[in-house]
Amino acid sequence: MNEQTPISREDRLQKLKGIGSARKRVEDARFTQGKGNYVDDFNLPGMLFGDFVRSPYGHARIKNIDKEAALAVPGVIAILTAEDLKPLNLHYMPTLAGDVQAVLADEKVLFQGQEVAFIIAEDRYIAADAVELVDVDYEELPALTDAFKALDDDAPLLREDIKDKMEGAHGPRKHHNHIFLWEEGDKTGTEQALSVADVVVEEKITYQRVHPCPLETCGCVASMDKINGKLTVWGTFQAPHAVRTVASLITNIAEHNIRIVSPDIGGGFGNKVGVYPGYICSIVASIVTGQPVKWIEDRIENLTATAFARDYHMTGKIAATKDGKITGLWCHVLADHGAFDACADPTKFPAGFFHIVTGSYDIPVAYVGVDGVYTNKAPGGVAYRCSFRVTEAAYLIERMIDILAHKLDMDPVELRLKNFIKKEQFPYQSALGWEYDSGDYHTAMEQGMAAVDYYALRSEQAENRAAFDRGETRTLMGIGTAFFTEIVGAGPVKNCDILGLGMFDSCEIRIHPTGSAIARLGTVSQGQGHATTFAQIVATEIGIPAEDITLEEGDTDTAPYGLGTYGSRSTPVAGAATAMAGRKIRAKAQMIAAYLLEVHEGDLEWDVDRFQVKGNPEAHKTMKEIAFASYNQAIPGLEPGLEAVSYYDPPNMTYPFGAYFCVVDLDVDTGVVDVRRFYALDDCGTRINPMIIEGQVHGGLTEALAITMGQEISYDEHGNVKGGSLMDFYLPTAVETPVWETDFTVTPSPHHPIGAKGVGESPNVGGVPALSNAVNDAFAHKGLTHMQMPHDHWRVWKTAEKLGLTG
Amino acid sequence: MIPGSFDYHRPQSVSEATAMLADLGEDALIVAGGHSLIPMMKLRMALPEHLIDIQDIADIKSISISGRDVAIGAMVTQADLINSAELQAICPILRETSLQIADPQIRNLGTIGGNVANGDPGNDLPALMQTLDASYILVSNSGTREVKARDFYEAAYFTERSETEILTAIHFTAPPAGHGFSYMKQKRKIGDYATAAAAVIIALKDGTVESASIGLTNVSDTPLYAEQASRLLIGSRLDDATIKSAVEAAKTITDPAEDGRGPKEFRVHLTGVMVERAIRQAIKTAT
Ligand SMILES: Cc1cc2nc3c(=O)[nH]c(=O)nc-3n(C[C@H](O)[C@H](O)[C@H](O)COP(=O)(O)OP(=O)(O)OC[C@H]3O[C@@H](n4cnc5c(N)ncnc54)[C@H](O)[C@@H]3O)c2cc1C
Repeated sequence: MNEQTPISREDRLQKLKGIGSARKRVEDARFTQGKGNYVDDFNLPGMLFGDFVRSPYGHARIKNIDKEAALAVPGVIAILTAEDLKPLNLHYMPTLAGDVQAVLADEKVLFQGQEVAFIIAEDRYIAADAVELVDVDYEELPALTDAFKALDDDAPLLREDIKDKMEGAHGPRKHHNHIFLWEEGDKTGTEQALSVADVVVEEKITYQRVHPCPLETCGCVASMDKINGKLTVWGTFQAPHAVRTVASLITNIAEHNIRIVSPDIGGGFGNKVGVYPGYICSIVASIVTGQPVKWIEDRIENLTATAFARDYHMTGKIAATKDGKITGLWCHVLADHGAFDACADPTKFPAGFFHIVTGSYDIPVAYVGVDGVYTNKAPGGVAYRCSFRVTEAAYLIERMIDILAHKLDMDPVELRLKNFIKKEQFPYQSALGWEYDSGDYHTAMEQGMAAVDYYALRSEQAENRAAFDRGETRTLMGIGTAFFTEIVGAGPVKNCDILGLGMFDSCEIRIHPTGSAIARLGTVSQGQGHATTFAQIVATEIGIPAEDITLEEGDTDTAPYGLGTYGSRSTPVAGAATAMAGRKIRAKAQMIAAYLLEVHEGDLEWDVDRFQVKGNPEAHKTMKEIAFASYNQAIPGLEPGLEAVSYYDPPNMTYPFGAYFCVVDLDVDTGVVDVRRFYALDDCGTRINPMIIEGQVHGGLTEALAITMGQEISYDEHGNVKGGSLMDFYLPTAVETPVWETDFTVTPSPHHPIGAKGVGESPNVGGVPALSNAVNDAFAHKGLTHMQMPHDHWRVWKTAEKLGLTG
Repeated sequence: MIPGSFDYHRPQSVSEATAMLADLGEDALIVAGGHSLIPMMKLRMALPEHLIDIQDIADIKSISISGRDVAIGAMVTQADLINSAELQAICPILRETSLQIADPQIRNLGTIGGNVANGDPGNDLPALMQTLDASYILVSNSGTREVKARDFYEAAYFTERSETEILTAIHFTAPPAGHGFSYMKQKRKIGDYATAAAAVIIALKDGTVESASIGLTNVSDTPLYAEQASRLLIGSRLDDATIKSAVEAAKTITDPAEDGRGPKEFRVHLTGVMVERAIRQAIKTAT
């Protein structure tokens, strides 16, 4: 008999705080008290500091590097240049995209801010002083900063190191500044559809170069223990295991002798996926000196030298019938990758998942071609809070749909409804090769339209436009909609790998004898709240309260192998592994319970936190009791202990979607755009923690606002980077941020063990087109089809002026 | 983002500070709230060998008002300007302008003296001081002099102040009771300097302008007093045509640089919008 006071099933469920509970974030207690533990909080005895001498030029030959004055500064230990790295074959490192990147500039610099020399000094102040004293003699070369000129016959040769290598990682290169041409879909069929269509719209749409700009910049502490031969690196790594394997391959240090640790990370957004010269230089410096070496970027270095995002110059063409049925989609992208191809995409996809570009629509035939080119700009091209190149794709299709609606004189929402993939078409095969797992787009759109009272907004806009024309107001109202479909959770090992590392993920759960547990995952939280949500998955699966589960990530010596956190993959992949590991534990627990209750396993049923005998719930064993027995009772035929590990290779990606509506009021005299209302309906399948989802949506929408309204990293014709500090790079504060309204529908993923799809990135993917569509819509009746982002004050004003509205 | 090395001094009186300045000359810089200087030092665009921190000097920290005469000590913070009920009563534009500077954290440390002495055309208080026709009190080892705000600014970061002088106070006479005022500033976000900004003060009698004064921020390499534009308003009844001509007159004296806030043409245009809106707002506040 069980001695416990019986509590109701409902109470037991509540107590678990499992899937569906708006459990408070367990991380926040330390973050809000300043007790987080970030890389720069590590201080080891004898630790040295590294700092970079960086190129002031966009393109120049290095004629000489004079280190003498810098070496004479007391406290400067050593200065590394490419010459020092060459004997180790570390002056170049492989990038995730199959290219190489200079660790320290070898004979030439290719972008402003490029790493030229690495100072190692006793403290960061001495290092900063020494940076000023390294005398580099440069011969300036013509800079190439306009991607459209990269493939001109007379374009300067940027990559001398690969000038004879005309076969790149993704096929032939047709010019010395060409990286790849990547194509998908049916080109002839699409061109055919365009040529016979009633209506074709075409537009050039640029998604400007921006930067993820996490609050914490990149950095690391490398420590080579010469006694035991073990290298430990604490750093801002979104994928610590991948870093370990890559580090082992390029340094020849055996993988078991490398320990990579990601401590608390202050935001990543894709910026912390790649490997940077600072990590390599710190490791080399620690090996050379035998002392730990810390390197931490400052803000300007982060914005100008570590991975940027987007920089896609897109051309879209849509074919449609005159009543608005889309018959084909053609796109070409000129992708500016900067000086090295350091995009973080699954290796087989040099343009990421850009071919999700058919979006939420049933488009019979489509084609994409992407040409990657080199320019004198910082390398990168990471997925800034999105799955690989999905933001670019969503922006293109959602803008194109509005442009088509305009041309057809149709309401853009009605055009979307008309072309949506229907609920009964799922699983849906897209023209560009994806299998969408599940969706119910019409329901989501209609729920959104009702929530914002869409048609009332359109009549208000009609009145506003009439009043504007009568001279009664100088403000124009714009309404923007975006209905995005994401593709996240990379991914199935059969087609997703990074440098040959399969993109599965993992979870290991150990139940302690007294019924609490620890779970370790191959992913890494950078603010997403994994310690909160993954414990909830475990709680629901094994019936131990989330509060009693420790969650650990980020230490390669203890965590199971996984490919890390980006591309909204943690929940779809590691979250699935967590559920599967939990199920393995439950299966063993069932055998133990059967033994303890002296029944057949098949006579038991699972109920919240226990196994009970079918038809006799009084006879039961809780997971807590089972845990104790598993360790302390000899059970015939069973090993002691209760733990499991799962490596989950997802059968497919997941496809979250959402309906976003935005209303703006735009002052034509000042160019100021006021976001009056923003409504975001997200469908991310099963909702693990609604509060965290809401927080993720708020954060992602705020980034979308930043990108649409102001963010841009641009370069002048000499290769000088503009917007490389927070004085100019637009990070909105609470004052600029509107109230975000959130809503949801639930369409579970049919192939994910708990039906969850991932949500962290949706708001960035859907937010940008919704905001941009609203701004464009404000001018649409005056003949505007498209204005380029960012929609900052002067560009909005300039558009108004060109349309003759400012006189 | 690490400054070069420097020595730090903390004088207790104006005379001690001016003695240090006389002694150390151009190798020394005064630090007040540090919110313009320290960022410049971190970028190594300013490399002082000596920093003279004047925060302990007690007698340059107060606001004194007698009748309509106002004296504000250099170390009065921007937050103090916002919180002073007495200032608000006789010269509310100071509060209105200060509220548009940076953010609360910066205003808690940034001083009025530092803001006007700095010489950055992006600072908001200099154009306001020109609009108010304020004077700056400059003290050095060899004496005290008074320089009009309208004569103080020479070019970006170049002012009438010599390296051995401390700006100790700002004096002005508040505009007549019932005056209308407005400071209109357009910026990209909180914490940004103006794309264009305009200060307007007008005094009306029976609907006719008796006095008017217009200042412009960040549309040239110095703050600007828009003398011609101000004069055009005086004697008028602020009809649309007059406002328009004042707006055009203000625009002609601007010469903004192109930067992340936009090209020159936009900033010139926006100056006009800010001036017009400030005039119309000033009319509303006048009693
Ligand atoms: C993010 C950010 C945003 C900002 N936004 C704005 C804005 O929108 N508008 C605006 O007006 N300002 C802005 N500022 C600047 C801020 O107002 C500064 O506080 C102000 O410009 C300088 O005052 P301070 O007391 O900090 O002077 P400091 O930085 O200490 O000194 C500035 C300069 O003046 C000199 N100096 C200071 N006091 C004296 C004195 N008594 N006599 C002689 N010389 C002196 C110093 O030697 C130095 O050269 C911003 C600052 C930051 C960091």
